[in-house]
Amino acid sequence: MSRHNKKNEPSRRGFIRNSLIGGFAALVGRSASAKTDAIAPLSVPSWSKELGSGTVNEPYGKPSVFEKHVVRRFLPWMFPTRQAAASFTPLQDFHGIITPNGLFFERHHAGVPKIDPAEHKLVIHGMVDKPLMFTVDDLKRFPCVNRVHFIECAGNGVLEQRSAQLNLLQFTHGLISSAEWTGVPLKLLLNEAGVRKGAKWLLAEGADAAGLARSFPLDKALDDALVVYAQNGEMLRAEQGYPMRLLLPGWEGIANVKWLRRIEVGERPWEMREETATYTDLLPSGKARQYTFIQEAKSVITTPCPEYPVLNKGQQVIRGLAWSGEGKVKRVDVSFDGGRNWQQARLTGPQLDKSLTRFEIDWFWNGQEALLQSRVVDETGYVQPSLKELRALRGVNSMYHNNSIQTWLLHPSGEVENVQIG
Amino acid sequence: MFRLAKPLSLSVLLLLSACDVQEQQLRIYDFGTPVSEQIYANWDIDIGPDGAGLPAGSGSAQSGEEAYISRCAYCHGEFGEGLGRFPELVGTPEDLIGESPTKNVGSYWPYATTLWDYINRAMPFGNAQSLSADEVYGITAYILSLNNIIAEDKVLDAKTLPQVIMPNREGFIQASGSDIQAKICMKNCVKEVVITSRASESQASSSAKEKEKEIGNYHR
Ligand code: HEC
Repeated sequence: MSRHNKKNEPSRRGFIRNSLIGGFAALVGRSASAKTDAIAPLSVPSWSKELGSGTVNEPYGKPSVFEKHVVRRFLPWMFPTRQAAASFTPLQDFHGIITPNGLFFERHHAGVPKIDPAEHKLVIHGMVDKPLMFTVDDLKRFPCVNRVHFIECAGNGVLEQRSAQLNLLQFTHGLISSAEWTGVPLKLLLNEAGVRKGAKWLLAEGADAAGLARSFPLDKALDDALVVYAQNGEMLRAEQGYPMRLLLPGWEGIANVKWLRRIEVGERPWEMREETATYTDLLPSGKARQYTFIQEAKSVITTPCPEYPVLNKGQQVIRGLAWSGEGKVKRVDVSFDGGRNWQQARLTGPQLDKSLTRFEIDWFWNGQEALLQSRVVDETGYVQPSLKELRALRGVNSMYHNNSIQTWLLHPSGEVENVQIG
Repeated sequence: MFRLAKPLSLSVLLLLSACDVQEQQLRIYDFGTPVSEQIYANWDIDIGPDGAGLPAGSGSAQSGEEAYISRCAYCHGEFGEGLGRFPELVGTPEDLIGESPTKNVGSYWPYATTLWDYINRAMPFGNAQSLSADEVYGITAYILSLNNIIAEDKVLDAKTLPQVIMPNREGFIQASGSDIQAKICMKNCVKEVVITSRASESQASSSAKEKEKEIGNYHR
């Protein structure tokens, strides 16, 4: 436990704070001393003597006061206003495969509406025999499913395609989160309404002031799409679509329409703004790929990362997250030399369909500069591409769906920097 | 009751049997409320690329100018140039070419109907769904004419709007499957590893000290 002695704490915190505002200064001179610091005899702290707070001190519990740094953050300069913006989840402080509800990344186009569930309705109409309207209570009466799935914004890594930009894991990869969702299979609801022959596409529309609307194929609706009302055992958070949202497992975040108020059944896509002007992937040819729904397999090392440098040379456990929008994670390989050589990591914890999966690998660090990478392979055999491979086909302006391999440069000081290699 | 009368329902059933056991019951629960079109008419606002859903009414750039100037220009600029970080609404196909392409109505949007739909559902930002159909036709025409896509006196309505051909109409390809086929390699996979860019030297973290200040402020 000597590595976690108190002496180390302040400098690490200091590093985090400093790195968040762009500096590395606090780290200098810290590195190898931790193990040899004198260990003071353990005293009996006040909390071992005094009574703690009573029950229901916090009727709705909050994280420990010592975890105040674990928050969503956003980049004001990236968006026109906070109502048409995204916030990033703190992956650097994330330990499981389920994102705490208060830390789920946010993305909305006209702010987070405050919807009274008693007033909210879902209408299913269009090419159906019987247009239907559902309340939240109606949905809760149906047979329900609970499933763990990630949601990733298509723009996760958007600034990193041309060159390394943001020097924090939270900002390079923090537009992904995961939850256990509860809801009704969309195919059950469609069956209630009776989908007519010839129907091929659906439109999902939100009740927010963006009226955010996206088309998606009927096949997905009949496969694993859900209309969900709960996340991690409680009703959806407002930021996540309270009181109901569409869940298209493994598909780009934008298609998982929040505050879902309407599903129209039709024959062809609607060509909405968020599936033409935005969320289309511009190629070097000048043509853009459209309806690129799937969040293909991706992974990233989360320990270490720019926020949490390596404290000592010697034995390390390198960890990270991997996921695929097409199924389960099959394997993850890790490289310490910029992709020259790879070793297979172990998958730890649950390995679920279209879910975050954890990996770990032991590594002895000799204190020299190293280039850390991870590469996931999913159960379909899809291999996460290098940035070079991605750029070769998509250039540097496709913006969305950058699922390329991340490189962390580990400096001899223990600092970790976001870099790209050719 | 099952609805086996229609061929699709049958194929739905077959599809379902391949899925989750717990979701197989294709029972009709009847928990929803049947509704007629009048009930959801106010919500049924989507416009298809063929113009389906466009309401009666009309407008031209001339008739829409005033509404654009008073309700849109303070964010998007008098000429659609986009003020501050608000999006620009004007451009040409050339904007898509080169190192840093910009996407806008003139360079990128494939359908004029999308513009009508979006303005009608989401703009002006902060006061959505406050424009009359005539105003939306007029403002749409104004923006299209700023982009030199239609003439100033061209009248747009449910019939003429879908006929407007946008410059980037053929600019999209439907994605089908993975475009990148990477392979697994374990040993000696690359000859030379060169660092081509570093976040510590990036625009976002070094040249734009302002931006960092903003990030720092937000953390406090
Ligand atoms: C208060 C500022 C504001 C006003 C006023 C405003 N807009 Fe916008 N507009 C925005 C913002 C912010 C966005 C981007 C929303 C997003 O990111 O989803 C936007 C996006 C747009 C877009 C999409 C641009 C693109 O290429 O994706 C169009 C078109 C548009 N507005 C038209 C209008 C029209 C027409 C009006 C007047 C009726 C108007 N706006 C009024 C702020 C404003």
